[in-house]
Order: sequence, then structure tokens, then C-alpha cells
Amino acid sequence: MAKIIVVTSGKGGVGKTTSSAAIGTGLALSGHKTVIVDFDIGLRNLDLIMGCERRVVYDFVNVINGEANLKQTLIKDKRVENLFILPASQTRDKDALTKEGVEKVLNELAKDFEFIICDSPAGIEAGAMMALYFADEAVVVTNPEVSSVRDSDRILGMLSSKSRRAERNEDAIKEHLLLTRYNPERVAKGEMLSVEDVQEILAIPLIGVIPESQAVLNASNSGQPVTLDQESDAGQAYLDTVSRLLGNNVDFRFLTVEKKGLLKRIFGG
Amino acid sequence: MSLLDYFRSTKKKTASTAKERLQIIVAHERNRRSGPDYLPQLERDILEVIRKYVDIPADQISVSLEQRSDELSVLELNVSFPDEKR
Ligand SMILES: Nc1ncnc2c1ncn2[C@@H]1O[C@H](COP(=O)(O)OP(=O)(O)O)[C@@H](O)[C@H]1O
Ligand SMILES: [Mg+2]
Repeated sequence: MAKIIVVTSGKGGVGKTTSSAAIGTGLALSGHKTVIVDFDIGLRNLDLIMGCERRVVYDFVNVINGEANLKQTLIKDKRVENLFILPASQTRDKDALTKEGVEKVLNELAKDFEFIICDSPAGIEAGAMMALYFADEAVVVTNPEVSSVRDSDRILGMLSSKSRRAERNEDAIKEHLLLTRYNPERVAKGEMLSVEDVQEILAIPLIGVIPESQAVLNASNSGQPVTLDQESDAGQAYLDTVSRLLGNNVDFRFLTVEKKGLLKRIFGG
Repeated sequence: MSLLDYFRSTKKKTASTAKERLQIIVAHERNRRSGPDYLPQLERDILEVIRKYVDIPADQISVSLEQRSDELSVLELNVSFPDEKR
């Protein structure tokens, strides 16, 4: 059975698309056949982050409307075996995704893939609802900042009341907290919420902490998911996250400020 | 922590302010979500009634419904009145 994982947050710009690309790529690197589905209708961006923007011919909405089949529409990644992308449509019609249409496409994908990663749009409206409705698990992307944490909590409310699992009274969606753009230095200075603070407020299990990193911008500039930059802190943090998603017990890294010399410790740095 | 950080730390850190504010608002919003849809309007109505007598700010009232058992739900109304002397 395929596992459907939604990457969601409520707030925009917190790192959902970056995380969908990085996690999907990581799962495929670990040998699992994975498709990343862009649910951000109208604002297609996953294709850019994955570096396949010029290879988009058909999109999600074309498949729903029967204008193309999945085989014609899925884009196979050229770097990583077992990795595919289903691009979003750029239509301005917000109602282009119907529950029946999305269900049909997900069912078809489920026959072929082990993991279906749904990159959610921002907000708590229909689009975000559609991305999370069929999910088995949810990665709640959160920045250590008040509005992001509050919006994540709202999304948690939706996951437990508006999803198919909730409506059918099935086991709840498995929720994971992914804290991104984490800056240990600012946390040490008391200027940024710590991992523990956010965890205490949202009260869901932590799946990963991704540091604020130049590597993420470099990766998006060149259309490479950051997990392919295995030297980078963010790339490694995402690979750790993927390993935990697969059930492994991995120590958390990049949570503290690197040790400084004596002078810096006395005078601050 | 460096010496400079030590002297700076006498001021309250913004991260702890953020945490306290979040704890309050998140608890409030969870309460809202788990309660019936009429709760916000009930809260506004009660606020209007009280304001006929005492002028209280909107954040000084909270209404919540707590399910104690299958047969019993308790409506909890919390109102803080301003200081009498003012
Ligand atoms: N760990 C990180 N370090 C630095 N920048 C990041 C990090 N994660 C995301 N970003 C940047 O934040 C911005 C928004 O990311 P994106 O993944 O598009 O968010 P969303 O899909 O939630 O709107 C992008 O410019 C991205 O490069
Ligand atoms: Mg996005």
C-alpha cells in the first residue's frame, strides 16, 4: 500500500515546497519509488525547485479532466532513480481540483508508488484541505516564529477534523513536526523560540530540525533538491528526517551553536 | 554564554514572551475548535450584556464548554472585572 504524506503548514513561505522536494528525493535515494504531487494550483513552483520546469507538458488538472493520462504527465527525475513529479496546473480556477478527481488520481498513483508526497498550498482553505484530505501522515512544517506556530496549530485542527480519516472515524493521521529555518545562535541569545518551546506548544512528535542555511538558496537557484547536496547541513538534516520517517532512530544534529574559541566566549561573537 | 550576553540577559528575552503569548492563544483557539459553533456568538452576547453594567475589555471574558462525561457538559464563563478603584 502506498503511503500518502502531506507537507503542510498553514502559513506560506515556511519551507513546504523545499521540504517536499528534499523529502521526496531522500525517499527515492533510499530506494523507495516516490512521486511528489504539487497541490499549489495556480502557483506551480515544485517544478522549479526540482529543476524540471522546462519539461512540464501536462499537469494535475489535465489528468483530472481526462485531457492526459498519468504516464504522459508524470515527469521522471533525471538524477535519481524512482523519483517522479506531478506538476500543478497554472489555471486560475481555484475549484479545478475536486475531491473525486483527486481521489481518482491518488488511487491510480497508489498502484505504482510507495510514497506519495503532497506539497500543500498555504492557507486553510479548499486548496490546503484538498492536499491533506486523503493523507495517512502529515509533515507539519513550522518556523520558530509566532505566526507560523499558530498557523501550524490550526492545520493540526484541520488534520484531526477535516480529513478523510477523521470523517470515516479511522485511525488519525500520523502527525510529525518539522522545524525549519532554525537558527541555534539566535535561540541561544533568547531571540528565537527553541525546538523545545515549539514542541511544547504544538505537542506532536518531532521528525526533524532543518537549520537556516545558505545551501537551500543555492539548491533552489540551481534546481537541485537540497538533499542532493549531501555535504550541506540542510541536506544532511533532511536526510536524517527521511531516515526517521522510515522508522529509524537518528540523533538530532545542528541544534546547538558550534563551539567558539575562548576570546569569543568572553566577548561574544 | 559570553559576558556581554550575561549583562544583556537581565532584560526579558523576546523568545520567552513569544512562547507565553503562543501558549495562551493556542489554548484559546483549541478550545474554540473543540467547542460548538455557537460559542463565539454566545461569548459576544454575554460580553454585550456585561458591558451594560461594567466596561470590560474583550480579552477579559472567556467562555468554554467542557464535556465532563457522556451526560454532562459544563459551560465555563470566566470574566475578569477591572480594578474597582479606577
Ligand atoms: N532551511 C532554510 N534555510 C534558508 N532558507 C530557506 C530554508 N527553507 C526554506 N527557505 C527559503 O524560504 C523560502 C520559502 O520556501 P518554500 O519552500 O517555497 O516555502 P512554501 O512552500 O512553504 O511557501 C524560499 O526562498 C526558500 O529558499
Ligand atoms: Mg510552496
